[in-house]
Amino acid sequence: MAFLRAFGSYLPPRRVTNEELAPLVGADPAWILQVSGIQERRYAANDDTVASLGVLAAQDCLKKAGASAQELGMILVASGSSERFCPGPAVEVAAGLGLTATPALDIPVASCGSLIGLSLAAQLAAKVGPVLVVGAEIMSRRVDRTPEGKDTAILFGDGAGACLVDPHSGFARIADWTLSTDGTAAGILKIERERIVMDGKSVILQAYRKMPRAISELLGRNSVTSADVGVYLLHQANLNLIERVATGLKVPFDRFFVNIAHHGNTSSASMLIAANEWRAAHPKPVSAPIVFSAFGAGIQWGALLAVGA
Amino acid sequence: METEARILKVLQSIKGTTLNPGADESLFESGLLDSFALTDFVSGLEGEFGITIPDSDLSARKFDTIRKVAAYVTAKAS
Repeated sequence: MAFLRAFGSYLPPRRVTNEELAPLVGADPAWILQVSGIQERRYAANDDTVASLGVLAAQDCLKKAGASAQELGMILVASGSSERFCPGPAVEVAAGLGLTATPALDIPVASCGSLIGLSLAAQLAAKVGPVLVVGAEIMSRRVDRTPEGKDTAILFGDGAGACLVDPHSGFARIADWTLSTDGTAAGILKIERERIVMDGKSVILQAYRKMPRAISELLGRNSVTSADVGVYLLHQANLNLIERVATGLKVPFDRFFVNIAHHGNTSSASMLIAANEWRAAHPKPVSAPIVFSAFGAGIQWGALLAVGA
Repeated sequence: METEARILKVLQSIKGTTLNPGADESLFESGLLDSFALTDFVSGLEGEFGITIPDSDLSARKFDTIRKVAAYVTAKAS
């Protein structure tokens, strides 16, 4: 078995509002809000790295768990925006936590990366001990803040999230998960030559079908209805997409925790940042099931179900 | 009703107004369909024509003009 023990996050302090961004990309601030639900996003400082953001989220998570880095059996770091491909940010996160022998592995997947990390951790924790899953991104360096890059520049922000998956105890038990990949559609969303390339309409078309389907299949095989779920913690891609997922599942939108207005789309970090903020606001024991879901470049998508411990 | 007229009916039900785009006019560039209206359009086409559009066909460029959509739904319906 595996349990969710704690979440953590870090957001760089610099806020970039729609009013600041809009003139650069030739857009109206109100239009940005309308098409995305985003009011502002955070940008990393020049000397920040994906790993340095990840370390701060990891430290926040360990502090909330009352755990030390030395207890970790493994670290998994998801990122689509790391500065260096090999070795990726996982080794630097481990080093930043003072670890010199704990295995630290990269998941070079953007938006779905932390969901993949949680799913792998759920299987690995029984073997290796507590697994720290980190999603960290500096997407502001992967967008083009010009009119040509408008469609991506308005969406993305920077940040990091973390989750400690423990084999013995936590506030919720990971009951099941599902992951899928369709590489035939890889061209609709990718990071190429250090820039995000996105066919946004095709991404939305794919996501609005695949996310509800993955969630429904996962719930069905666990005899849980969509109405039974206490909270849906989704990758914060776009407010309109999250609303479509809620409609597709026939679930009231207020079951979905949403923070995209102030953080933008932080890719692999977003679901764990959302989870951390949700948990901080709801620290009591979990009674109703929790559903995580993400969709992103690859294309990769899936869902994870956690239930009261 | 002809295929193109039925496609227009779906489009008009989404937009809530009378529309008459040219057969080769881009529904995206003209502002008639944004990303999220496109999801409604695709679902509406499935209902109107009694077809199931598979994930492998969920590419925006297939639904960019009335003529492309007509060719697609005709092929699917046959």
